[in-house]
Amino acid sequence: MIRDPKDLQRYNAGERANHWVVGISFILLALSGLAFFHPAFFPLTQLFGGATWARILHPYVGVFMAFFFVLLFLRFYKLNRMTDADREWLSRVKEMVDGDDHNMPIQGKYNGGQKVMFWGMTVCMVLMTVSGLFMWRAQFAVPIELARIGAVVHAAAGAVMIALIMVHVYAAIWTKGTIRAMWYGTVTRAWAKQHHRAWYRQMTGR
Amino acid sequence: MALQSLDIRQRSATTTAAPQARHTIEVAKLIDVSACIGCKACQVACMEWNDVRDEVGHCVGVYDNPADLTENSWTVMRYAEVEQDGKLEWLIRKDGCMHCTDPGCLKACPSPGAIIQYANGIVDFHQENCIGCGYCITGCPFNVPRISKKDGKAYKCTLCSDRVAVNQAPACAKACPTGAIHFGSKEDMKDYAEKRIADLKERGYDKAGLYDPPGVGGTHVMYVLHHADRPDLYSGLPVNPSISPLVALWKGAAKPLATLALAGVALGSLFHYVMKGPNEVSKEIEEEVEKEAETEDTK
Repeated sequence: MIRDPKDLQRYNAGERANHWVVGISFILLALSGLAFFHPAFFPLTQLFGGATWARILHPYVGVFMAFFFVLLFLRFYKLNRMTDADREWLSRVKEMVDGDDHNMPIQGKYNGGQKVMFWGMTVCMVLMTVSGLFMWRAQFAVPIELARIGAVVHAAAGAVMIALIMVHVYAAIWTKGTIRAMWYGTVTRAWAKQHHRAWYRQMTGR
Repeated sequence: MALQSLDIRQRSATTTAAPQARHTIEVAKLIDVSACIGCKACQVACMEWNDVRDEVGHCVGVYDNPADLTENSWTVMRYAEVEQDGKLEWLIRKDGCMHCTDPGCLKACPSPGAIIQYANGIVDFHQENCIGCGYCITGCPFNVPRISKKDGKAYKCTLCSDRVAVNQAPACAKACPTGAIHFGSKEDMKDYAEKRIADLKERGYDKAGLYDPPGVGGTHVMYVLHHADRPDLYSGLPVNPSISPLVALWKGAAKPLATLALAGVALGSLFHYVMKGPNEVSKEIEEEVEKEAETEDTK
């Protein structure tokens, strides 16, 4: 793809690398985690060199992801503060889903949906990490009731997290011209004007 | 070990039926607590037959030795000094796997075939399929399975499934010098227990009874207790054990519901794309931006 010098920088290299470190960790965790959750997914453990290896690796990848998620959080939380415009956007999200964005309120770098995603992921990540430590029997011995609560919370938060990521990925596929922002950092001016007009104005001064 | 491979009632992490053409009778071990003298011959016989050796520990101030179940000690004697109505009683219980009809370990286990329940009621761990996650410990209402620090596999009493398969009684039952450990069909064991309970009642233990907790569907290791109204007196034997509702939710309803929900989101996304089309930048805005760029260039 020929890159237009007028394209707008949306993510710098550090942000992109951080995002993909978290993303790859998530994929590894989701595949191995599902395998322990339902026997239908158990064959996925073969991707990790067998079920015992999957069991050994999963918690370490989890700690790794939690660390890089914190970095990602620190990079983006200020940009994800909810505003009245976001709440207005969310109240009309049905129009957006129907593919009609003409009457949607003007959005900054992130729209209300993206912000809900950000905070949803943050809450899930905290729940997953804490409950995961309760389940990590090779490292910690917690009271049995705590291990049981941990197991339920880990499964529930994990399912919600996978669903959120599916929506996250789909939104990126659905909104054409988005994925390149996470590959090499830039978006076209038209993309910015259409989807994030306030950010477009801020970036171009128009 | 794949003994009795055709006589399987349940297999961990398996959603289809187990081979069950043959119907063997249910077996049970009956431990008559009132006849136990706490000699630990059962512990020794267990280690001897199963060829496992625990580390030589140290005295913790009571007779319990080793102090707890381990990956090498699949049964331990627990000694409780109980004072009731000014009377001191030494209640000794042989602790180990209860071989539940509704086993919490098997329900929780994520690895296909790591835990097997035979048609005769024995719940067996197959270490070659064990991945060492410890979910069996989370699922067990009796706190029985132990994970080895050496190999990361879970171990517990097998009820000597290898001996039972060839019509032998478990090693502990064979070794018991007072006849406190009986082994046979579950029906026979219940009948025998009734006689023992009647005898105990005659001797003034009017609360004597059989411990075969219905919360886990009954067990294949049963106790005759002189105080059946207070199982907790016997070093914390659970009064009404059952699979924790949390474990039941985690390995019950949550599995199909979450799986369906995730499939719904995935398919929902696909069909959204197919029916609504992509969210593209409008021609109008593209032209606007182009014009803006031109004016910028002419400046």
